[in-house]
Amino acid sequence: MSSQHVDVAVIGGGPAGLAAAVSAKENGAKKVIIIDRNSWIGGILPQCIHDGFGVEETGTSMTGPEYLQMYIDKAKKQNINFMNETMVLRFDKNRTITAVNKSGIQKIQAKSIILSMGCREKTRWNIMAPGDRPSGIYTAGVAQAFINLYNIMPGKNIVILGSGDVGLIMARRLRFEGANVKGVVEILPYASGLPRNVVQCLDDYDIPLFLNHTVTYINGRDRLESVTITQVDEKMNAIKGTEKKIKCDTLLLSLGLIPENELSKDIGIKMDEITGGAIIDQSFETSIPCVYACGNCLQVYDTVDVLAKGAKLAGIYAAGKTHKKKPAIIVKPGKNIRYVVPQMINQIGTVHFTLRVIKPAQSVTLKILADGKEVYKKKHRWVNPANIVEFDLEITEKILKISKTLEVILNE
Amino acid sequence: MKNFHVAIIGGGVIGSAIAWELSKYKIDTIVFEKGLDVCSGASKANSGVIHSGINSSPGSLKARFCVEGNKMFQELAEKLGFSLRWTGKYVIAKNPLESQEIDRLIKVGEQNNVPGLEIHTGALVKKQEPNITCFEGLWVPTAGIFLPYEFTISLAENAAVNNVKFMLETKVTSIKKQKENFIIKTNKGAYSSNIIINAVGLACIEIVSMLEKPDFKIYPCRGEYLVLDKNYAGLINSMIYPVPPKKQGVLGVHITPTIEGNILIGPSAEYIDDPDDKKTTSSMMKTLLREAKEIMPAIPEKAVISAYSGVRCKLASLEQGGLADYRVEESIQTPGLINLLGIESPGLTSAPAIAKEVAKMVSKYHDLKLKKDFKIVKKQPRFIDLNEKQQTDLIKKDNRYGRIICRCEQITEAEVIKALSNPLEAQSLSSVKYRCRAGMGRCQGGFCTQHIIRIMQDDLKMDIKDIKMKSPDSYLFTGHNREAKS
Repeated sequence: MSSQHVDVAVIGGGPAGLAAAVSAKENGAKKVIIIDRNSWIGGILPQCIHDGFGVEETGTSMTGPEYLQMYIDKAKKQNINFMNETMVLRFDKNRTITAVNKSGIQKIQAKSIILSMGCREKTRWNIMAPGDRPSGIYTAGVAQAFINLYNIMPGKNIVILGSGDVGLIMARRLRFEGANVKGVVEILPYASGLPRNVVQCLDDYDIPLFLNHTVTYINGRDRLESVTITQVDEKMNAIKGTEKKIKCDTLLLSLGLIPENELSKDIGIKMDEITGGAIIDQSFETSIPCVYACGNCLQVYDTVDVLAKGAKLAGIYAAGKTHKKKPAIIVKPGKNIRYVVPQMINQIGTVHFTLRVIKPAQSVTLKILADGKEVYKKKHRWVNPANIVEFDLEITEKILKISKTLEVILNE
Repeated sequence: MKNFHVAIIGGGVIGSAIAWELSKYKIDTIVFEKGLDVCSGASKANSGVIHSGINSSPGSLKARFCVEGNKMFQELAEKLGFSLRWTGKYVIAKNPLESQEIDRLIKVGEQNNVPGLEIHTGALVKKQEPNITCFEGLWVPTAGIFLPYEFTISLAENAAVNNVKFMLETKVTSIKKQKENFIIKTNKGAYSSNIIINAVGLACIEIVSMLEKPDFKIYPCRGEYLVLDKNYAGLINSMIYPVPPKKQGVLGVHITPTIEGNILIGPSAEYIDDPDDKKTTSSMMKTLLREAKEIMPAIPEKAVISAYSGVRCKLASLEQGGLADYRVEESIQTPGLINLLGIESPGLTSAPAIAKEVAKMVSKYHDLKLKKDFKIVKKQPRFIDLNEKQQTDLIKKDNRYGRIICRCEQITEAEVIKALSNPLEAQSLSSVKYRCRAGMGRCQGGFCTQHIIRIMQDDLKMDIKDIKMKSPDSYLFTGHNREAKS
């Protein structure tokens, strides 16, 4: 068994872990280590060969691997240590991490831990799609890995269920590789991925998008043979008589992402049921002192740019001294708001908020009420559940002292 | 053509148990299995319960084999290393009317010599099972849970280690009776054997038809299940059964804990025409959840993480009440053909006892002499269940234990390679899953599939087009990039 002491240990070396580690090092942490289960660094970035990464952050649109290289260069320059092919099994409240790799059991004692484990994809069973259980059903990210990392084609005739970004990107990618993409099926009346991806990945290639539709039957006892898609009403119940059978050998699922938090739950970190991530304060600290969370294990982001912004903040706080914290104000999602991060505030200063709305809307006003009193107001021309809304708010001594809750609402 | 003493057709739990039993003796045995692996049919898709014997008519083969088999399991589990837990079960009566049925079950149980049966008041049941409200419950302490595929695979692999020949992906197409032997034609050539054991389950009528006119019919009856997330393991401590519904010949939708911490809800009972129709339906998923909630309202709607179905092999139709006894017998018309017909629940429990009975039948033809070099390969505990010292030692011996491939179930590269190097030479993705659990967790293979495929390509030199999920036609990939043409 080998052991070591570090200032900051980052669990998960995807874009969030990398950004947090680099930021922690730049902000004074002496010894920073990234622990990752894969043999490579960067999480899913190497398989994201499309561009669009880093537009906001750097002004340049990069591919996933290019964006990753930028961070690997930074991390190397900062002498950040990588532990690859290393799986964290558990950590305790004294921040002793137990991990395993080919050299044996590893103990890492950290002053701060940053959780950046990322997320996993929803499967067929998250929507309980009935029918047979054939081969040929892949989540979009798994199919992306096979095609882009391993040069393996999952199938020839493809239906995609769910219009998340990975699904949209995979529609185009599969078309490039010669597959027949028969359509993208979305249960909602609008696409759940970014509008730019609908245009660039579907419209430009004449791939049909079936809105208000879902897959109601999976057919094929060995390999997938066809799926039945059916229109749904406003309550998302299938409308009888609208069934269409589509022959295909492959069904890709792009049903959304679930933050990976088994480690967080094992140690008893308080979780937000809506985001699926930890409940954090303005410094990205979880309910366990000196344990921070960022990236997709905190909330599922839509772009790497917004994700990196949060991760960098987490890195700064993880590198800094811990402050004595005041009793917290609870941040509540109000009218038309699905969730807000952070979920609590216990320090004065500028707080970076991120939130998602419940449904698309135009000409709306976002308001923050401190115990019912308006402390922030901003007009938005349009909002969309697929796009995170960000804003900064100065939390004054007065707000912190007199308020119990901050409620975020969206008025139409 | 080499002659075998015994040919077993079907590698389910019955065929595998017989193969293991016969592997103790100096005779040549061959097993034909049409799937890519053993335990590919009904043996895999059920409740995973070791039954006590309270549900089978006294004097029936079902009762006899179930009670005998039940007593054999503890020793088998210790020998072979498969997991087993004696959780016990409750049959609950919601009202005084239903408790008449409990009185009937207790009488049956006593006649079948099932030990330890007790009637508990609703209050006592509540103390043991806080989420259950009922009038009274029949407590059955000798009921247990196990993983049917783990059990079947360990029987088959141990048989193979002791020189039983397993032919996977091998479908028997015709059988001819000769004077002393049978000629068995398959898609992989012809074989000769003195005895045929028909253990194919639902397709048993097809095998019989190759030799004689069957005097029975098979009525397939599908049972669907829901699987709940491990987070809800705490909802129950034991199995919870309703009193059996009348007329269907089944036990009713029950709630069963599993060894792995999931909870099963099911099975439904639907008489169908096509024995291979193992679909799940949205209407039945809803019905199962509703019926389970009638027993235990605390089940959350969102707890379901998977669904599956299996098909029972019944010798009686719905109109006939669905109940018939097993037939474990040598054909009168075709001596040497041993038929195992209608082996439905409690078939898993009965398997070891049926295997002993079949060995006796075989001994009429061949003197069964014990092998001196009979060996048992005990299943090793999982890496993740070992203590840190044991883990360190294992990694020192083979550093592939240090690389975790399946993050949800925490399965190592060494365990995946071991699963792929099994003595049956079963190498599908499901073979890996059912041997070491890689791919069985929450992400359903999202993280580990690509790593397992890499191991299949690099270590086993498999062509990606030959990699299958679970059955001979369930290919996973169509080829490499730029090869696809629509």
